[in-house]
Amino acid sequence: MTHNLHPDSWQYRALNQRAPSLATLSDTLIELAEAGHPVVAGTADLQYSNGLVGFAQRFPERFTQFGISEQNMVSAAAGMATTGVIPYVATFASFLALLCCEQIRMDVAYGAQPVRLIGHHTGISLGFYGTSHHATEDIAIMRSIADLTVVSPADGPQFAAALRASVNYAQPIYFRISRGHDPVVYAKDAPFEFGKAVIHDIGDDLTIIATGMPVHPALTAMRALQAKGHSVGLIDMHTIKPLDREAIMAAARRSRVILTVEEHTILGGLGGAVAEVLAEEGGGTRLVRHGIKDEYSLIGPPTHLYRHYKLDAAGIEEVALALLDRA
Amino acid sequence: MALSGATSWPSNSTHHGAISEEEAERLRERALFVRLETIRLISIAKVGHYSSVFSCAEIFSTLYYDTMSLRHGEPGWPDRDRFLMGKGHAAVGQFPILADLGFFDKAWLDDYTRLGSPLGDHPDMRKVPGVDFSSGSIGHALSNGVGMALGARFQKQDFNVFVLLGDGEMQEGQVWEAAMSAATHNLSRLVAIIDRNGYQLDGKVDDVAAVEPLDEKWRAFGWEVHEVDGHDVVALANLLRRVKADSARSKPCCIIARTVKGKGIDYMETEPGWHLGYLAPDDEQRARKTLLADAGAA
Repeated sequence: MTHNLHPDSWQYRALNQRAPSLATLSDTLIELAEAGHPVVAGTADLQYSNGLVGFAQRFPERFTQFGISEQNMVSAAAGMATTGVIPYVATFASFLALLCCEQIRMDVAYGAQPVRLIGHHTGISLGFYGTSHHATEDIAIMRSIADLTVVSPADGPQFAAALRASVNYAQPIYFRISRGHDPVVYAKDAPFEFGKAVIHDIGDDLTIIATGMPVHPALTAMRALQAKGHSVGLIDMHTIKPLDREAIMAAARRSRVILTVEEHTILGGLGGAVAEVLAEEGGGTRLVRHGIKDEYSLIGPPTHLYRHYKLDAAGIEEVALALLDRA
Repeated sequence: MALSGATSWPSNSTHHGAISEEEAERLRERALFVRLETIRLISIAKVGHYSSVFSCAEIFSTLYYDTMSLRHGEPGWPDRDRFLMGKGHAAVGQFPILADLGFFDKAWLDDYTRLGSPLGDHPDMRKVPGVDFSSGSIGHALSNGVGMALGARFQKQDFNVFVLLGDGEMQEGQVWEAAMSAATHNLSRLVAIIDRNGYQLDGKVDDVAAVEPLDEKWRAFGWEVHEVDGHDVVALANLLRRVKADSARSKPCCIIARTVKGKGIDYMETEPGWHLGYLAPDDEQRARKTLLADAGAA
């Protein structure tokens, strides 16, 4: 590409290096289409950002460019699905979850159409683009919609595994994908099942339950704390709905504290969902929800924001350590 | 004209040329059937959108009994033409037709809107066989239709997608997103029909939020535009036959159907408050008599 972009910008990486976990989207859809699945894709003027340009070039007849009309894209995807295709439509999570909430509820979820909605650049990953582009409410919104599965993969391989599993999944799905540069946690052939959390470890002192981008730094934090002699575990809750209650209760039975970590408001997201389970089960395990604290996020480069909101490995370790000291 | 119970079937879909007087009479009779059934069903619910149905009764009858390719008793036939409604609140006029076409048991109509009924104020694809897509949130339907036309192209199917839109619906931004999308992708099998009855809940459409000039707007958005008297079944049927048979068209097609809200009942025609209403039993009887007398069937 000849665009005059700074090499540190996400546009540069999107155009030149391809964000690895978002490149997964296009690569896996190509693989699925080549294998004969009736996969089609669409975007709303963001084919370079989400990497679907690769799919569009390989399968132009299966790709629809909707332009800057996200609501139209979501409703049209539901209409397309009635003809037997499986539409994968992607745009920024802030627009998908907030602007298209009603279209998702009525046309996709209540319509019971196997549409796969991919909300990318979630949380604060769009950094200095500001509040309009931050998606810190999407989990809370999407998980309140009946019949909609909500999946927040930790990395590219897990996203690919979820996409492969999605061609045989009847219900509509909302995928929540972070910046696309998220470090890899899993091997390519790691098992994946919707609704079944990945239990890395369960700690006597504390278990972290994380979803999406924070899984990798949480794993680093867990190892650092274990090296310091603490009994700390980690559960990757990649599917927020349906929620793996058993995994949560496995941790609740052993750990003195559960710490949820998400790149999302602590209201109604992963932390809210885990709180509901713990309260209903009545075990009395202490819960601390870590994430964005009912506020609009600052402007800044993404990695600086992760540091500021303690969503990087050092930050998660710091938050956990404070709890361990008190425990 | 006599009101018959069942209709002959199939009517349609491969017609070429102009509609005969016999066929036109049947479409008028089915429009009367829609109006009378609407009155009957709303008497069960005690409130409903009489006037929204009365403005599009001839559009319903023409599409279902002349234009669209459908199979009696097979609501899921894959090659059927699709029908979507942006103005989903007119579903009370659509349900009797769907039952008449054998898509579900006519007895369902007798429990319209009662607890647990599949039939509510808006058409629900999860509950009602023959409803090609749910409606209720104004502004989604044309996008749903865009998707169906795109899906048909990918699946190499050649069905037509007819979307009935309200004129107040033109105020929804998503309609114009869909309009641009359909023109960009040359969705020539997509036909939007605007029920241009001039009124919405809060008053005259163009007083509430001006939508004119509609024809110029749709043309500017890249659509082929036709205008027709939406109560003249001969004009409607002939236009829809021509539109459906036109295989050379590359653009999506918009039909602006000039209609009268509440058509057939004089006080509904002049009183916009009848968007949502209830006819007490005496008024209901008078309304039936009026409709039958005007049709020459009394």
